[in-house]
Amino acid sequence: MKSFTYERAHSPAEAAAAAARTQGAKFIAGGTNLLDLMKLQIETPTHLIDVNDLALDRIDPMPDGGLRIGALVRNTDLAADMRIRRDYGVLSRALLSGASGQLRNQATTAGNLLQRTRCPYFYDTNQPCNKRQPGSGCGAIGGYSRQHAIVGVSDACIATHPSDMAVAMRTLDATVETVRADGAVRTIPIADFHRLPGNTPHLEDALQPGEFITAVTLPKPVGGTHLYRKVRDRASYAFALISVAAIVQRDGSGRVALGGVAHKPWRVEAAERSMGEGAKAVVTGMLSGARTTHDNAFKVILVERTLASVLAEAKGYA
Amino acid sequence: MTEFDPARRTLLKASAVAAGGAVAASRIAPEAQAVTVPQVKQPEAPATVNIRLSVNGTDYQVMLDPRTTLLDALRERLHLTGSKKGCDQGQCGACTVIVDGRRIASCLTLAVMQEGHDITTIEGLGTPKDLHPMQAAFVKHDGYQCGFCTPGQICSAVAMLEEVRAGIPSHVTVDLMRPMEATPAEFRERMSGNLCRCGAYSNIQEAIAEVAGVKS
Repeated sequence: MKSFTYERAHSPAEAAAAAARTQGAKFIAGGTNLLDLMKLQIETPTHLIDVNDLALDRIDPMPDGGLRIGALVRNTDLAADMRIRRDYGVLSRALLSGASGQLRNQATTAGNLLQRTRCPYFYDTNQPCNKRQPGSGCGAIGGYSRQHAIVGVSDACIATHPSDMAVAMRTLDATVETVRADGAVRTIPIADFHRLPGNTPHLEDALQPGEFITAVTLPKPVGGTHLYRKVRDRASYAFALISVAAIVQRDGSGRVALGGVAHKPWRVEAAERSMGEGAKAVVTGMLSGARTTHDNAFKVILVERTLASVLAEAKGYA
Repeated sequence: MTEFDPARRTLLKASAVAAGGAVAASRIAPEAQAVTVPQVKQPEAPATVNIRLSVNGTDYQVMLDPRTTLLDALRERLHLTGSKKGCDQGQCGACTVIVDGRRIASCLTLAVMQEGHDITTIEGLGTPKDLHPMQAAFVKHDGYQCGFCTPGQICSAVAMLEEVRAGIPSHVTVDLMRPMEATPAEFRERMSGNLCRCGAYSNIQEAIAEVAGVKS
């Protein structure tokens, strides 16, 4: 691990200002992803700003009937909150399908959004990776790509975003709240928060340097049956090959987002108009333009079958 | 010296104390005598930080490099070597400790981040003469072979049962709105962050079930 200096911030604005002031600074909250990457010298911050003392660990009701989730709410606490379990079940389910009990106790809401990819070529510093070292190439393209993205890919990168939580938040139309170093606050729709790789896969989100996430807000509940189905190589504690987050209404309409298929949670609103026609119609709309590899072409079929299973299960609850 | 010579452990402990700088707050002593080291050009020395860690009810004052993980601080500086370093990347659970009542991977947090928190390690759960019920159950049900993952398994299991009692759901919970049930299926899912290369899982599960008072 490279050397760094360390400070504890006492307000979001102070944290953002400290980050803007110090070249190479990073925020640390749970640390479960950042420290792992620092040990491998994939992340090499010169200064760590510990934000754990900021009072951002509450889930508060919003005037519009929604909820405001503080950036530091731990994954365990978010999944266990009775309002989330009752009204946003897809989010509870997604969180509980991710990581382990230990890591969910550490990981935060904002940190979960900012996870880096688990692409093995990103993790192996002996391999080329445009995300880790822009311009060095992509080991996954033409390499072992079973876990990789099938849609929204580029010639520079086929990595996936590893979060389950973010996939559920995409179906819920969540909004990310931030504060910048100058104190300005803004909101970013979750759809615009994560970026596609294009030719700049090292840029993964819409945040500006030093910009600090303070909360994620959920609009008022939309009802329906909430399901999250994660398909992986073992039954627990593994990243998704693919995952399906769905909210299905009694009339068969609904929302669907996919994990494990793209550089960001993947949702195509236009495709949701086909919900009544079944999984194949929806997936055809969602994955049009898919660009698979020899290793990951199975994901197209897997998504369709998983969505079919989810829609059948939803019918059982209706 | 045989592999099982108890003197070996004592010797290791003595040399570790001589090399380390950590002392309990109540008995701050000067740094152990410096030893001569060959002159090698060192990279720029990182600034050390002086922190207080509360572990198993004892406050420790310790100077350390900010890069030190909680796990390394516990093992190398406080000489609480019960917590184990398996993978050092949060995948195996051997380093599990309990912080403010919650189980965490101590390899994925910095010691400086844990100042002001109450840390419990396996050494704080029970003693050889006064075992924690979970420790006794692991012994009774033979919930280990090599024992390397055991401290993490036990810390994890103790905190896991508290999570069930607190009503925190899991991936296998069928109905999110009903009270949590303590079942073997729930224990298996909730313990997935602790790996056992010897494969003592069935016995571990029996030990946990006994402490939870359910049939395995």
